[in-house]
This record gives sequence, C-alpha cells and structure tokens, in this order.
Amino acid sequence: MSASTRASSAAATQVLFDAPGPKGRRRILLLSVLSSLVILALIAGGLWQFAKNDQLDPNKWVVYLRADYLAFLGRGLVGTLQVTAVAAVVAFPFGLLLSLARLSRFTALSAAAATWIEFFRGIPMLLVVYAFLLALPAFGVTFPRFWMLVIPMILVSSATTAEVFRAGIKAVDRGQHEAAAAIGLSRRDSLVHVILPQAVRLVLPSLILALVTLLKDSTLGYVVSFNELQFQGKTMVSITRYLVQTYVVVSVIYIVLNFLLTRIALALDARMKARATAG
Amino acid sequence: MEAIVENIPLLLRGIGYTVALTLLGYVLALIVGTALAVCRVSPIPPLRWAATVYVEIFRNIPLLSLLILIAFGLPDVGLRLPYFWCGVLGLTLSSAAFVCENVRSGINTVPVGHAEAARSIGLGFFGTLRFVVLPQAFRSMIQPLVNVFIGTVIGSALCSAIAVSEITWVTQTLNIQYAQAVLMFLVAGAVYLGMSLGGAALGGALERAVSPDGHAGGRDRKTLDVAAGAQA
Repeated sequence: MSASTRASSAAATQVLFDAPGPKGRRRILLLSVLSSLVILALIAGGLWQFAKNDQLDPNKWVVYLRADYLAFLGRGLVGTLQVTAVAAVVAFPFGLLLSLARLSRFTALSAAAATWIEFFRGIPMLLVVYAFLLALPAFGVTFPRFWMLVIPMILVSSATTAEVFRAGIKAVDRGQHEAAAAIGLSRRDSLVHVILPQAVRLVLPSLILALVTLLKDSTLGYVVSFNELQFQGKTMVSITRYLVQTYVVVSVIYIVLNFLLTRIALALDARMKARATAG
Repeated sequence: MEAIVENIPLLLRGIGYTVALTLLGYVLALIVGTALAVCRVSPIPPLRWAATVYVEIFRNIPLLSLLILIAFGLPDVGLRLPYFWCGVLGLTLSSAAFVCENVRSGINTVPVGHAEAARSIGLGFFGTLRFVVLPQAFRSMIQPLVNVFIGTVIGSALCSAIAVSEITWVTQTLNIQYAQAVLMFLVAGAVYLGMSLGGAALGGALERAVSPDGHAGGRDRKTLDVAAGAQA
C-alpha cells in the first residue's frame, strides 16, 4: 500500500535474484503458468466441494443481505467494537503505568510489575475468562457479561502493551535523557516532558496492532455469551442452520476489519521509518 | 488437592494433548510458513500473490473463528476431521502466516550486497537463499519465532472451545465437578507458563549458541513486530 512497504518487499525479492535474461524469463513464465493452474485447481476444488454438498445455493448466502439479519450481525459488530474500545481505553494507560513500574528504581515495584507482565503474557486469555466465569462466582463475586469479557481483555492486554511501551521508552535515544538532565530537569520531569511524548509516538503502530489483538480476543464473547460478533454468529446458526455460511461471513468481517487496522499500523510504521532516515 | 490427586491421569492426558497440539501445530507451521516465505520472495508472480493472500487471511482471522469454522463449518462441505486434528490444522494455518512474515522480515535484514556477492559467484535463487541469506537471517529470526511458539502455546487453549480435551478443557470440566476453581486454574496456568517460559529460554540459548559473540541480542520477545502483524 504505502511506498515503503512496497520498497521493502521489493528489496526482499531483489536480494535473491537478478533481472532475468531471456532464458530465465521463459522459465519464470512457464512456472507462472503452472502455478496459476495449480492455484486455480485448488480454488475450483474448494468450490466443487461446496457445490457437491449443496452449500453454494445462492439462497443460503443472500439471506445475509436481509435487513433483519444484517441488523442482527450489526448488533454483534457494535458489541465487538464496544468491547474492543473500552478494553483499549483502560488497558493502554494501564500498560504504560506498568511499563514505568517495571523500569522503576524501586526493586520491589519493578519485580511486581515484571511478575504481572510475565504471568499475563504466558497464559491464555481463555483461562482468565474461565476464572472470571467459574472461579470468582464461588467467592460471591460476579460481573455482568460485558465485564466478564472486558476485564480479562484488559488484564492480558495491559501486560502485552506494557512491554510495547517499555520497548518504546528504551528506543528513545540516550542523548535525550542526557540533554534533559543537562538543562536541569528532574528524572520525573524529563520522563514526562521529554521521553514519554517521543516513546508514545514511536509505539503508535504497535498499539494499533494491539487493537487487532484485542479485536481477536473479543471473540471469546462466544464463551461468556456476550453478544459480540462471534456469539451473534453462533446464535444465528441456531436460527438459520446455515452453519458454514454464517461462520464464513463472520470471519470475513473480522478479516476485513483487522486487515484495515494492520494496513494503518504498517503505513504509520513506514512513515516513521522514512522520517527517521530523512532527518 | 484431592481433586488433583484423584484425577492425575486425566490431567496428564490433558497436558499431553496441549503439548501435542502445540508441538504439531508449531512444527507444521514452521514448514508451511517457510515455504510461504520462499513463495513471497520468489520471482514467480502468481506464487507471490497467492502467499500474500494467504498471509492476509490467516493473520487477520481470529484463531477462535478459524477453529470454529474448521471444526463446525467444514463438516457441512463434507470435510470431517477429528476435533484434535481440527485443532492442529487451525493452529498450523494461523501460525504459518506469522512464521512466513517473520522469516520474510528476517530475510530483509540481510544486506543486499551479500546476495549480490552470492549471485556474482554464480549461485542461483535457491543457492543464494540456502547458502548465504537464510543462514544469516536465521539468527534474527529466532526471537520472533519464539514469539510464534508462545502464540501457539496460548492458542492451543482455544481448542477447548472445539471440544479437544486439552488442559484448559480438563481443568474447566473438573472445576464443574469439584468446585475447586482456584486450584484447577493454578495447575493449568503453571502448564502454560512452563511451556511459554521454557520455549523462551530454549530460544535464548539457541540464539546465544549461534551468535558469534555469545550474546542474545535481537528483538525483545515481548514487543509486537509491526511487519509481522499481531498474533492473538
């Protein structure tokens, strides 16, 4: 999409082969035709398999254009976006605080933050969800479904984004610390006014990718019965019985959303790299 | 504690399934992902396009959606697999996309001059890749590939949603029976933490072993690699 991602993929290609001569061009053409045939055969095979099992019937697909079905999936999409947004708004600042705690000079604070981060990085979010769904109610602690999904997302995402922020803070040039100290800023002031603004800008692309991760994690609403997109899909299957169609439609929506977010992250990353090399 | 002692065989089987899902999924993903990366840097346009489409689909689909599609959707089109193999297939397809992107960014770290030198002594596409570029790219790929391993460990838990009796599924079932939730989740958590941290330590050791100065440099294992996308 952006100029520099194109440039980097071109670099990867140029590393490995010269501009082909006439013989090489003929061979590339031959292999291109052959591989195209194989790819087309695979696609045709897939479609044939669908058709053979009577799954290509247009009636089974156009139902998703019916207003009430669209509204039903739309509610799921709204739920997904809500969960993702709320989790991000809490988890990102929380992650920043965790990263600062980890970088703190107080050993106890830094060790506590490191333990928190390692723990939530190393276990699956599903386990945290089950803890909220099954373990806490035993102690009389219950949450609405929305929070049973969002709190685990926050716990896990705070740990991953803490490491993103830490990498960003470490990536700010050492000279910036020294310059801030030289003009008499305290450790705290130099962090707040000099280091953090640069670090946050540096990690912006990674934070957008963290949004992709949150969006994927929100599918666990399927487990806690919160009506986000994947769960709406499950409910829809029980109504329409169009299993493969529903899940394909739901998956395509996720792929498109995450594709767009990933593109934005890559474009931002490329712009920052270009700016870094320019000056 | 009783709940655990009485169910040691069940728990061990659950751990066995988790390890098997992770290792099978990861090793197959390494093979498929490397092949995809070779396609993505090859001079043959249709292969490049197909690999790109593959990566965009499988790195952007949530793993849970993929597993549900494979386990519950595919039987409708006449492809019925045992749930365990649905899990392996889902983990492989998803992790392979991240392996591909990490291998590709690893290849990009090799200076162009090295490949030019390789070509000037008469090595072709595969020769350049095999003898000059990949060995050098390998070291910078270790940390990102450790990340993919941890992603596969964590992803294997989602297979409990498609009824593979791995450790999350076992502890969740036992919890319903014994109401010993905290204990159960500590056991399962320890298994995952052990695998994640063990994998990271192994990767670090491997990196030190292959690096000329004996240091594990490379990228921090916890950062998100923008070029490789976000693995859930």
